[in-house]
Amino acid sequence: MTAIDPTAHLTAEQIEELGRELDAIRDEVIAGRGEKDAAYIRKVISAQRKLELVSRGVLLFSFFPPAWIIGTAGLSVAKIMDNMEIGHNILHGQWDWMRDPKIHSTTWEWDHVSPADQWKHSHNELHHTYTNVIGKDNDLGYGIMRVDEDQKWHPFHLAQPLWNFINACFFEYGIAAYDLELGKNLHKRRRKNPEFRARARAVGRKIRRQVLKDYVIHPLLSGPSFLTTLAATFTANLVRNLWSHSVIMCGHFPEGVQVFERRSIKGETRGQWYLRQMMGSANISGSKVMHFMTGNLSHQIEHHLFPDLPSNRYAEVAVKVRALFEKYELEYVTGPLPKQVFSAWHKVFRLSLPNRKPKATTPDREQELVAA
Amino acid sequence: MTSTALRSRAWKLLEMVTTPLLPSDYLDLVSPLRAGGDLRGRIEAVHPETGDAATIVIRPGRGWRGHTAGQYVRIGVDVDGVRLWRAYSVTSPTDRRDGRITITVKAIPDGKVSNHLVRKAQPGTLIQLDQATGDFVLPEARPAKVLYLTAGSGITPVMGMLRDTEFDDVVMVHSAPRPHDVIFRDELHALVADKKLRLTELHTDTDGMLDIARLGELVPDWAERETWACGPAGLLDAAEDHWAEHGVPERLHTERFRPAVVVTGDGGEVTFAATGKTVDADGATPLLDVGEEAGVLMPSGCRMGICFGCVTPLKAGAVRDLRTGAITEAGPNVLIQTCVSAAAGPCDIER
Ligand code: FES
Repeated sequence: MTAIDPTAHLTAEQIEELGRELDAIRDEVIAGRGEKDAAYIRKVISAQRKLELVSRGVLLFSFFPPAWIIGTAGLSVAKIMDNMEIGHNILHGQWDWMRDPKIHSTTWEWDHVSPADQWKHSHNELHHTYTNVIGKDNDLGYGIMRVDEDQKWHPFHLAQPLWNFINACFFEYGIAAYDLELGKNLHKRRRKNPEFRARARAVGRKIRRQVLKDYVIHPLLSGPSFLTTLAATFTANLVRNLWSHSVIMCGHFPEGVQVFERRSIKGETRGQWYLRQMMGSANISGSKVMHFMTGNLSHQIEHHLFPDLPSNRYAEVAVKVRALFEKYELEYVTGPLPKQVFSAWHKVFRLSLPNRKPKATTPDREQELVAA
Repeated sequence: MTSTALRSRAWKLLEMVTTPLLPSDYLDLVSPLRAGGDLRGRIEAVHPETGDAATIVIRPGRGWRGHTAGQYVRIGVDVDGVRLWRAYSVTSPTDRRDGRITITVKAIPDGKVSNHLVRKAQPGTLIQLDQATGDFVLPEARPAKVLYLTAGSGITPVMGMLRDTEFDDVVMVHSAPRPHDVIFRDELHALVADKKLRLTELHTDTDGMLDIARLGELVPDWAERETWACGPAGLLDAAEDHWAEHGVPERLHTERFRPAVVVTGDGGEVTFAATGKTVDADGATPLLDVGEEAGVLMPSGCRMGICFGCVTPLKAGAVRDLRTGAITEAGPNVLIQTCVSAAAGPCDIER
């Protein structure tokens, strides 16, 4: 916890009232979901498919530099669309209500080395339930970084800007390792666990197929453009990884975002859960294109409050959510992408060095919350 | 290498090219009605029949295997973005030259799909199709005398038969509230004029309901006729009793349209189909808890409705969303989040 609790001015009743107001926003969107929304996701999926096809087609001629540039740019965008606006959101169950078995959280697979079902477990279940709770939400620093003053410093953390950069470049592999909880499971005893081994094999299979597709089959199909196509797919994957890593860092790392202690969520009410999501997330401001390319994770706060609402609705929800932030005098952390990325990186650097233990928290808020 | 082996090799390679998608994900973009894909159809026209009924002309995909007169087809239609499945009788003859099929739909009060099809369906829309099915069909051997006993939209499967197969001696007794409620009225009267059909049209608003005991007055030789009956449950129940009483139950063939209406209430008996467990549940306990309590292995995650780690098919019955109060009824592809759903009447969970 930071030295000053920014929610200290709220009474228990106010927090529950806030919860009810947020529920009302959610119900309204759910009641209004319909044909337009369904048409939206279908259109996005079809556009992504076409863009990927065309880009791969152009890359067959990538020995010709302009074709390389166009094809690589197209493929990068297609991969970003697949992972962000489409994959991430469908796997959240945002489109399950359509009852289209093809666009459903239980059947979707994405262009990513982490198999969809493993990602759903670590992301939807662990990260979204325990958002920003140190020790429970591994998204906080992905287990390789120190992200809060209260966490114990270790010389290992000196190099955390480097870890973070490497993780950004190979982000999809980082996520796969993270979904496998590799760090924890590499201990001798755990390694033998049949459940872990089955999951590791599934990841291995997915990696093999992804690598085969991007770095063998498509380059081979390109014949004389073998090497340039190889370079193009590598670049597209790199661009996608750097982009999604940046967007995701902006969601919970920038200055002003709160983290929570394990004991603070004991017996948490619905209102308190909502409040934690509000204080634990940060947005990115920008244009429509910007929101689209981030998979609407630029509306991270709204997404964390309502992870299962269709992403195309976050923009309208944001207006109402922001009004609630104002009403309850809470800080809505948002800013343009460069600013948020800088802020997140700044924190990574700052916390790579040891700090003095922060002063005691304001009158023990957690006790109060538990009692409420 | 044989050509099939070669083709399967080529297909494997294609799958590697498109991984993690399947080639069909791309093919669907350009050719949704192709052979080998999921069966779909395209609505090509909508013709109004009466004030609340319309005939939908559908071009089925290449995988369509045809139908037998009297059968029905299940279609999946997106209504307000949600895919809903319903069954309708095929009303077109089996040998229609252009390969299209038709269904004729009567809008029932509060019927989401029927109202959508009759009033809003647009030519060009893709729908999902299943192969035709049902055994309300004509026999191979032609019966000498035929009776069609129908009411309301119960005429639709029979119309499929009438248009498909001609008999020497056909009588039809059809009930509808008023003359202009009779679907296919012009066509029926044309058949009568051509002496291909003897028709008794009953208008229940003025004549009252058909009293099956007095059927003999309308069709004296009814007991000798091979009979196909379709209409409301009341009519069919009465007919079955009547035919049985007179010792000729094998002459009667019935088709019941609407499956039993789902009763919704507060709580109910929950069956876990895979484990074979049945327990009573109240209307406030999440089915996830109900299942775990009963010792059923239930998938779960956040237990608060956000992770979708607990979605499970609802095979029968209805559940209530504990957050919004919304009712979800069972159907194809209906999956529910067990952690935020409670029984709203008896239901059947696939676990
Ligand atoms: S357990 Fe997470 S949605 Fe049901």
